[in-house]
Amino acid sequence: MIYLDNSATTRPHQDVLETYTKVSYDYFGNPSSLHTLGMEAEGLLTKARSAIADQLHVSAKEILFTSGGTEGNNLAIKGTAYHKKSRGRHLITTEVEHASSYETYKELEADGFEVTYLSVDSNGRVSLEDVKKAIRKETILVSIIHVNNETGTIQPIEEIGQLLSHFPQVRFHVDDVQGITKVPLNIKKAKIDLLTASAHKFHGVRGTGMLYVRNGVRLKPQIHGGVQEMEVRSGTEHVAGAVAMARALRMEMEKAQKEKSHLVKLHSKLIHSLPTIDGVTINSPLEKSAPHIINFSVESIKPEVLIQSLSAKKIYVSTKSACSSKLAEPSRVLLAMGKDSKAAGSAIRVSLSYETTEQEIDVFLRELKKIIPTLVGVRK
Amino acid sequence: MEYNHILIRFGELALKGKNRSFFEKQLLQNMKFTLKGLSNLTFKRTYGRIVIELNGENHEPVMEKLSNIFGIHSFSLALKVENDVDEMKKAALGILKEQQAAEGIKTFKITSKRAYKPFPIDSQQLNQMIGGYVLSQSEDISVDVHNPDLDIRVEVRETATYLTFGQYPGAGGLPVGTGGKVLLMLSGGIDSPVAGYLTMKRGARIEAVHFHSPPYTNERALQKVKDLAQTLTKYGSSIRLHLVPFTEIQQYLHKEAPSNYQMTLMRRMMLRISERIARERDILAIASGESLGQVASQTLHSMNTINEVTNLPIIRPLITMDKLEVIDIAKKIDTFETSILPFEDCCTIFLPSDSKTRPKREHANKFEKYLEFDKYVNDAVERTESVQITSVSKAEKDMEDLF
Repeated sequence: MIYLDNSATTRPHQDVLETYTKVSYDYFGNPSSLHTLGMEAEGLLTKARSAIADQLHVSAKEILFTSGGTEGNNLAIKGTAYHKKSRGRHLITTEVEHASSYETYKELEADGFEVTYLSVDSNGRVSLEDVKKAIRKETILVSIIHVNNETGTIQPIEEIGQLLSHFPQVRFHVDDVQGITKVPLNIKKAKIDLLTASAHKFHGVRGTGMLYVRNGVRLKPQIHGGVQEMEVRSGTEHVAGAVAMARALRMEMEKAQKEKSHLVKLHSKLIHSLPTIDGVTINSPLEKSAPHIINFSVESIKPEVLIQSLSAKKIYVSTKSACSSKLAEPSRVLLAMGKDSKAAGSAIRVSLSYETTEQEIDVFLRELKKIIPTLVGVRK
Repeated sequence: MEYNHILIRFGELALKGKNRSFFEKQLLQNMKFTLKGLSNLTFKRTYGRIVIELNGENHEPVMEKLSNIFGIHSFSLALKVENDVDEMKKAALGILKEQQAAEGIKTFKITSKRAYKPFPIDSQQLNQMIGGYVLSQSEDISVDVHNPDLDIRVEVRETATYLTFGQYPGAGGLPVGTGGKVLLMLSGGIDSPVAGYLTMKRGARIEAVHFHSPPYTNERALQKVKDLAQTLTKYGSSIRLHLVPFTEIQQYLHKEAPSNYQMTLMRRMMLRISERIARERDILAIASGESLGQVASQTLHSMNTINEVTNLPIIRPLITMDKLEVIDIAKKIDTFETSILPFEDCCTIFLPSDSKTRPKREHANKFEKYLEFDKYVNDAVERTESVQITSVSKAEKDMEDLF
């Protein structure tokens, strides 16, 4: 099997699963219980919080556990909008956000908020100038995706953060679900208020994630109940998931230190080899792009046909973002970058992990080269 | 830059006379204890200095740990090179380039010291040779001999030359273990851990006593105290924690003593028990986090009445501090966040609302006439459990492995 769909999800590390089962079984107490078992579970949760905070160079009380990226984005955006709506009802985001942010903004529009969707250039990047121009007196929130999940485009988060630091009433939310452990980002230096991450994108367990909430930033809870997670996100804490996430994050951060060049090498191989295949054009930008995501189009072929053919060879890639793969419409992100609907409707995404080997990439390229001519002519 | 050494300067130790070597040895031992996880380090004692050879270990964690050890005035990163001018030049340039990138420095100076006189080039010439070379090999930098951003010190000794710059402040104080043992009354609040820290700062080893009242106080409160003791081990050595069961005494006082004197009598019981533990453990003084006038039990009248039951010295490092000053230290030494966790301790249960802020000795003695406090003190001391708090316990170790 050659798994090149790591932006959809990653396979959990064995060690991470060991931690997960051990915590689930040995420390099964509810952290809110007053007895010893509850206390142990609470102790582990506290440790997980600090361990994650240490990796991200933030403080433990700034880490809030969630069920993943979708919840994190929903909570950051709605939690801010409803908390600050008396201050203003204007929000800013981009045309290339992940659906979990984009649809949340659509929902808020229906609820009387005004949203500015920033357009992007042909590389999929927003300009600092546009962000600046969009800010008004009643702006309360800006959401920007750090690394685009379809194309790998990196947004100038640090510059935007510096700019927004002059507007203290504006909260800065960054969706870092694809970027974390792959593209370095200094949360404090970039003046970020809210940052979303999800464990299953870095070999953790699905259904676990975290939201960084800068000390002093308040959110209106979207799930009500007990007083867990600083009274912002109720529900019995998923201790095993949190500890497993802490471990996965540590392991991946260590790999990021050691294997960065390996990933860059594979990325560059793909960027250089793909265009030499007949009919293939690369959609990902060549500069300031994440090393693990490569998006390309084969215009003459329906993407799902190509995916099925590769799948038959046990090579797994995806089209657009996996979450919406079942919908056969052109990619919103690629259209925003100015691609025509043909290119935007025939995009394939290859996404790597630190485990991907050069040999796997070679096999993938070879098979792709073989398959395309056999399929050309199956018009959409 | 690969720094290969750290140079450590002593604080007050340097003032000691005949006992000096005892102090230095203790400091060395404490350093080895604190740095035991980093196996490649080697230590050298020279006159008035300790030099740590890093042997490939990363200097950052070493420096972080050093900054917690009492008895160190300051330390500097050092590069050890051969007694060879070209080597010195290269090393100085490396330090400068690194500091330029990291700190954005604009001016520098070279301060040479030729401790080893047979070395043929004197310190003035060395300054010029090394400074000139550094200047010629870098941009956007100038020499400022009066107020440089970076002062690179070059010390030529017989066996090697050390280049150092910048001084990181140490924790000051005296090495823990040079000043006998003190029993710290550790409640779990903000003040007592700070009192422990400051007592250790003057070279004392501490053991801690904690009064708990199960089932009125829970395991979380106990864990909190263990965590605080554990944090304090960072600044010295492992700490023995004595856990005194206090429920019976509290219930007894609650039943038998007038409510406005219960707090005073309770404190007298605590001191009696602490004194007993101290005697058994060869401890010479008791330390507490009391601060004058902070609460009813810490007024001058209260202290006078409570202190009557013991003639051991009671060390009160916070006695003249404001709460905010204490909080600042608590934050610095990493105990604050743990201290403010909201668990009941023995001082907050059974708390009569009419506690006397001006109790009198004669009244306390009068009430105690009717109490069988000896029996209760003996019983509490009998049932005291002691645990050794090291930097990592077994249960903790098991948990650590999960991460």
